[in-house]
Amino acid sequence: MQTNGGKALMKSLEAEGVEVIFGLPGGAILPVYDPLIDSPMRHVLVRHEQGAGHMAEGYAHATGRPGVAMVTSGPAATNMVTPLADAMLDSVPLVCITGQVASGSIGTDAFQECDTTGITMAVTKHNFLVTDAADIPQVIHDAFHIATTGRPGPVLVDLPKDIVDPNNPKSHFEDYDPTGHDLPGYNPKVEPDLEDIRAAAALIMESKRPVIYSGGGILKARAADALRELAELLDVHVVTTLMNRGGFPDDHPLCLGMPGMHGNYTAVTALQESDLLITLGARFDDRVTGRVDGFAPGAKVIHADIDPAEFHKVRFADVAIQGDVRLTIEGLIRAIRELCGTGAQPDRSAWKSTVSGWQERFPLFYEPWQEGQGLKPQYVLEQLRDRSPDDTIVASGVGQHQMWASQYWKFNHPYTWINSGGLGTMGFAVPAAIGAKAGMPDRTVWAVDGDGCFQMTNQELVTARNENLPIKVAVLNNGYLGMVRQWQELFYDERYSEVHLQPDLPDYKMLAEAMGCVGIRVEAPEEVQPAIDRANEIDDRPVVIDFRTEASENVYPMVPAGKTNSDVIVHPTQEATRK
Amino acid sequence: MNAAHNDRYHTLVVRVENKPGVLARVAGLFARRGFNIESLAVAPTDNDNFSRITIVVDVESAPLEQVVKQLDKLINVVEIRELSPADSVERELMIATVEVEAAERGQIMDLVRIFEARVLNVGTSAMMVSLSGSPTRVSDFEQLLRPFGIIDLQRTGKVALLSLDRT
Ligand SMILES: Cc1ncc(C[n+]2csc(CCOP(=O)(O)OP(=O)(O)O)c2C)c(N)n1
Ligand SMILES: [Mg+2]
Repeated sequence: MQTNGGKALMKSLEAEGVEVIFGLPGGAILPVYDPLIDSPMRHVLVRHEQGAGHMAEGYAHATGRPGVAMVTSGPAATNMVTPLADAMLDSVPLVCITGQVASGSIGTDAFQECDTTGITMAVTKHNFLVTDAADIPQVIHDAFHIATTGRPGPVLVDLPKDIVDPNNPKSHFEDYDPTGHDLPGYNPKVEPDLEDIRAAAALIMESKRPVIYSGGGILKARAADALRELAELLDVHVVTTLMNRGGFPDDHPLCLGMPGMHGNYTAVTALQESDLLITLGARFDDRVTGRVDGFAPGAKVIHADIDPAEFHKVRFADVAIQGDVRLTIEGLIRAIRELCGTGAQPDRSAWKSTVSGWQERFPLFYEPWQEGQGLKPQYVLEQLRDRSPDDTIVASGVGQHQMWASQYWKFNHPYTWINSGGLGTMGFAVPAAIGAKAGMPDRTVWAVDGDGCFQMTNQELVTARNENLPIKVAVLNNGYLGMVRQWQELFYDERYSEVHLQPDLPDYKMLAEAMGCVGIRVEAPEEVQPAIDRANEIDDRPVVIDFRTEASENVYPMVPAGKTNSDVIVHPTQEATRK
Repeated sequence: MNAAHNDRYHTLVVRVENKPGVLARVAGLFARRGFNIESLAVAPTDNDNFSRITIVVDVESAPLEQVVKQLDKLINVVEIRELSPADSVERELMIATVEVEAAERGQIMDLVRIFEARVLNVGTSAMMVSLSGSPTRVSDFEQLLRPFGIIDLQRTGKVALLSLDRT
């Protein structure tokens, strides 16, 4: 049967199980938007292409299925660069379709032409410029395969207009269903080697102060249950990085929470004092290690990852295990059970009581609210956490509010925390929350955003209202680019340079209402709970709460840049009692 | 090249799919780190679906290991090998046009004989010569031609294959 490029694209996307596409049309992609009308796939029309990219990411984070974005050529493709880079650094499976000028015009500086595959080469796992309509089914099949297997990541497919234009004979070809992939250079190793697993198990059996350092790979590999089984079998503590919040339940007695620059004291210090880091799907990011040469100086390292390029990149691994981290953990469980038959694990009671001593001495801490102050952001988050369903999905922006959200929320389920960890993209929260809601319509989705971040992408609330994706947004409005302000306060002698925003400008309540959302302003602590309860009851439109928070509040604990994790600073009040 | 200098040069042989844009992907990984590619030779292999890229790059060993791992992640890269001069056979081709008056051609001819080079073209006041050989031999030849005045010169960059086993 004859088909054409545009029709074939729709059929290919449907065959991959795509249910929703986030996008915005334009000249070069026009021929594809026509057959879209007849497709059962849902299209969410965004207000800015960056929003489409982050929505596709949010969808992928929440559902585990690849997110799909579709935009036109030139400026639309360049608007997609930030989400692609974001997805690249956080290993998010994404397929992005871009329109391109007609084949004959490529390289002529045609209207809305840019070298999309050239520009996105460094921010995609792979990209394709399709030159022959008949390649479309195979390329789309390959694109989803590459995006979702091995270490997941974004894949871009650039489609010149002529090959999808039904009026062009070049776009017609004999339809086919692709079978398999001809990708001789792509063969990710999934099965871990048994010798490596045995070597790792042996190290664990000798260790007196082991810590499981779990990262985003746990969620990508759908390994949360396996991780829990391993931790309980070993009776070993788990730290969950910013990318793996929820990958091990916060309410579990073995959970130490988030390590790193703004991690809690115990998670930071447990890694630092450990004699064995059982690293599962984590990559020794500089925000976790602090100064690398002083990171966990007494620890041996087991490093399990699907991407061998991570081994020895930052930290030498005594045992590196390449493969899917879920299979690795399952292998470790079997190996440990065998070894346990021959002898018990060492006595770790001293280490355990050291760890619980830290937990008692240095819990997360903030000074209670005082008359005349703005709301305590930590208090707002505690209330939001306690008054929202246990399986609420939280998407966050980047800054102080992100760190507080990660610290104060209790993530007891996987895939409930969505954030931009690697790229640190301000403006991520609102569109990512919308994408998550599109994938998980029955769940409550809160975006926790900063006033700075919110101003970068809030226009997507129009999309949310229009598409009936009723997310809720908590703007922690401190009137500042707060995280930058904090650094200027602490490391630039309180010389504040270009960090002040106006808490009243824009008027967030009016702005929300103008976009068809419910807008609520909260200034006093006693208004916090009623506002949250009201927001949680509204399900027919998005809600924005403008929480007026205290501008001078800082995020603690903190490992200053260039310092080792041994130099972690706790809240000044706690610091005073620490000799 | 002194020894320390030598340490920094590494030869990578990369087998890639013979597709548009692949060279840019490979080169991009060096460029983003600010590593200079010293020489580069690309051509299809005995199988037209694949090309073989020989890259000589000026970089310390530790960062090189990272680049190699990143190269390996490129979807179109099939295989990567680092070849050390000790266990490989290396060849490079150079062609050069040298300024030389008829009366002095004999001096060039001497060099051509010593190096087993070839004369490709002769003009009234210039000669074109070529030499293929190990990169060091090619460099020696180039150095000796230089005093005559080099008008034009092109080296291909080296290509290399693993030495054969004799045990
Ligand atoms: C696109 C982008 N630009 C700049 C930055 C640098 N940056 C990191 S946090 C931050 C401040 C964010 O301000 P806000 O959203 O108000 O959050 P707060 O820290 O006040 O909670 C800035 C400017 C960034 N991460 N992303
Ligand atoms: Mg702010």
